[in-house]
Amino acid sequence: MSLYKEAKTLISENIRDYGMYIALFVIILTFSFMTDGLFMSSRNISNLLDSAGYIAVLAVGMTLVIVIRHIDLSVGYVAGFLGAIAAILLTQAGVSMYITIPIILILGIVVGLFNGFLVAQIGIPSFVATLAGMLIFRGALLQVTEKTGTIIIQDDKFNAIGNGYIPSLLQVNGLHLLSLIVGLVGILLYIYSEISTRRNKVKYEFEVVSKGIFILKLIFISGIIAYLTWILAGYNGFSWTVMIILLVVIVYHFLTTKTVLGRHIYAVGSNPEAAHLSGMNVKKITYMVFGSMGMLAALSGILFTSRLQSATTTAGTLFELDAIAAAYVGGVSAAGGVGKVTGAIIGAIVMASLSNGMNLLGVGISYQYIIRGGVLALAVIFDVMTRKKR
Amino acid sequence: MSEYILEMKQISKNFSGVKALSDVNFKVEKGEIHCLIGENGAGKSTLMKVLSGVYPYGSYDGDILYEGNVQQFNKISDSVKTGIVIIYQELALFPDLTVYENIFAGNEVKNGGIVDWNKTIAEAKKMLNKVKLDVNPDTLIKDLGVGKRQLVEIAKALSKDVKLLILDEPTAALNEDDSENLLELLRELKNQGITCIMISHKLKEVISIADKATVLRDGQTICTLDAAKGEINESTIIKNMVGRAIEDIYPKREKQAFGGKILELYNWSAYDPQLGRQVVKNVDLHVKKGEIVGIAGLMGSGRTELALSIFGNAKSYKVEGDLVIAGISKMLKHPSDAIKAGIAYVTEDRKGDGLFLIQDIKSNISAANLKGISSNGMINDNEEIKIADHYKKSLTIKASSLEQLVGNLSGGNQQKVSLGKWLFVGPKLLILDEPTRGIDVGAKFEIYTVMNELIKQGMSIIMISSELGEVLGMSDRVYVMAQGEIKGELSIDEANQENIMQLATQ
Repeated sequence: MSLYKEAKTLISENIRDYGMYIALFVIILTFSFMTDGLFMSSRNISNLLDSAGYIAVLAVGMTLVIVIRHIDLSVGYVAGFLGAIAAILLTQAGVSMYITIPIILILGIVVGLFNGFLVAQIGIPSFVATLAGMLIFRGALLQVTEKTGTIIIQDDKFNAIGNGYIPSLLQVNGLHLLSLIVGLVGILLYIYSEISTRRNKVKYEFEVVSKGIFILKLIFISGIIAYLTWILAGYNGFSWTVMIILLVVIVYHFLTTKTVLGRHIYAVGSNPEAAHLSGMNVKKITYMVFGSMGMLAALSGILFTSRLQSATTTAGTLFELDAIAAAYVGGVSAAGGVGKVTGAIIGAIVMASLSNGMNLLGVGISYQYIIRGGVLALAVIFDVMTRKKR
Repeated sequence: MSEYILEMKQISKNFSGVKALSDVNFKVEKGEIHCLIGENGAGKSTLMKVLSGVYPYGSYDGDILYEGNVQQFNKISDSVKTGIVIIYQELALFPDLTVYENIFAGNEVKNGGIVDWNKTIAEAKKMLNKVKLDVNPDTLIKDLGVGKRQLVEIAKALSKDVKLLILDEPTAALNEDDSENLLELLRELKNQGITCIMISHKLKEVISIADKATVLRDGQTICTLDAAKGEINESTIIKNMVGRAIEDIYPKREKQAFGGKILELYNWSAYDPQLGRQVVKNVDLHVKKGEIVGIAGLMGSGRTELALSIFGNAKSYKVEGDLVIAGISKMLKHPSDAIKAGIAYVTEDRKGDGLFLIQDIKSNISAANLKGISSNGMINDNEEIKIADHYKKSLTIKASSLEQLVGNLSGGNQQKVSLGKWLFVGPKLLILDEPTRGIDVGAKFEIYTVMNELIKQGMSIIMISSELGEVLGMSDRVYVMAQGEIKGELSIDEANQENIMQLATQ
């Protein structure tokens, strides 16, 4: 009984953090029920995650930009433009994929740093600076695709990033072996890190949750990872897109929660003046966050171009707004200083699930926009209402 | 029998369980100037907010009788309608609008929904005449000095047919001339039948102007003093305000010998390109090891600017002169340089630029020294909790846990978090800018005790303060600043309220 009580207080105290997980859960249940389980089928989940990828990576970068009280409107067309450049390099210039990708990522960083320069050094409001960037890169995208129109990419390896799966090694009862191994390693790593954190806390004689809750949490999270792995392994296994999202999340989650750099980012976001007077370099942080945003925009461009197997004249349209919406659904605060990388990913998956589920149900596109807009508004309302005292 | 324009009866107000006011009784007679006095945190501002409807009817207990009727104000405009106008310490003017626009802001002279600007200007002129302010109504507020802005606020109040005017520390930012001017105006308004409640910390002012004075302490009414009975004098007020003798406010410390010079400034000047003027001029100053150096002066005298220019030139002034730390000449270009050189600066405005209000206690304490809790750029969370816990205990920060958000702490505890953050840096020289502003007497005493402890350990402290009592009670030596210059240096034995004020108002 006390276990139940502890769980209850834990949830009510952290409702703000758990809110979007609960929302995602409700959305998944609703759609699974309404589509007779089609929504949770291996094929659909695999498809859903792949289609969320290019917005998810943008949402991660956007979350950090919003955390430091800025915005980046240019990312959509930067992704579109750099995707087109990638297509040109791969097809017309005949550059290998292994060289193209680093070039594109570096170009993304350069674009991001330039935005950072305008914002941090010159002092232009980021809304205006990146709005200008949005227009410029839209024009640039049209310019490079004007003569050729859509550029079709024939490079199978490159196209695999958005459409392919990690190799299987062996099929076991129709399940994808390497994916199972990846899932298992994930679970083991998760359990190991949780246990070592707890041990460390106990060593310092800090408060920890009771053993019962701790084990329940371990089983719960491991169960979710296992279930997801099992579903994906039932189709073609983990896609390269999913692996890339995982990598981005792990790296960014680590950077924001465990490092001095992460602390500086949140400090600058919650009070730039105080951060400056605490000896932090606010300009440097602004540069880094915009630089990272640029790199992720480039990555988003690569994912999208690869998924379509071509660069189009309209690639990247409205990506920035989808990314901003995902970031807000994921719990970022416009006032700065609050927002998690994991939240951004969940936000992106929530938005993608809505589109996917409604497509399965055959809901018209007009209603889809209205419903997604409503969910965005609800998410922010929930966030404001639960911003209670600690 | 005299007539009460206002009676506040048995007013109580809680903030999340903390009693800010308990059974306060406050009566004001028609046509008098009634001063409301008390230490910071005594509940003066809260009481006035209850009166003006900032805290709506029902959120407090007790009754407000105004002109004989019980009032139920739900918002500020309700109280304004009945003729109660409050002027806050932080003036509520629009700097980029003109004087006449400000006077009628929210109370526009309308003709069927359309603003009648000609009439507005004519009316504004009348109001300006009433407050004896000789400026063109076209002038922008930002081009006026603080004293004149204060008069514009009063003109604004007059335009609303004020019957009961409440002023929250109106002279806090004014120099002596402007203050005297303002008090004269208040006497004038009194003759015109306007009742006035004035919150003030300046006892001399209270003595010169008040007909009555009510003293609040710890959210309770202590007494109401009557000038006609000769009760309004310094010793009576202080005794009632503080509730303890002056000697108990500042903890005693043993005289100790000072070490070598830890900081020296020679011909130190700073030019603020944004303001377009010199904010610090030709300052020569030194601080010895183990010494508390007080810097006194009025607001705007360049004290904070001096501190910022020392602390790695945090506001990017154009700085000239020599800065010597422990005998070595240094160029500090960023607060991080200053921290490396062993200087810490606890800001004047802890909410504005000192603390991360939406972050928890532990992140605030570690913020200026993340190196101290990390290796290879990776934070050791447990080490952070340990350190934060150490400062929570040693500075007696009262909080439910280290995860509590700093924005939810009381002023005194916030100040301790601020102090803890800078102590964790391990400085040789600690600059405290208004270390006890807005915190209660108990917390003040604790902070003074910590300061004494620190210099005993060999730290040096520069204490910037507007409170003369604090300067005299805590410093070993005092510099007085005015107009960006050091106007004088006094040893603690020769310093007193009079000679400091004289230098500060030069």
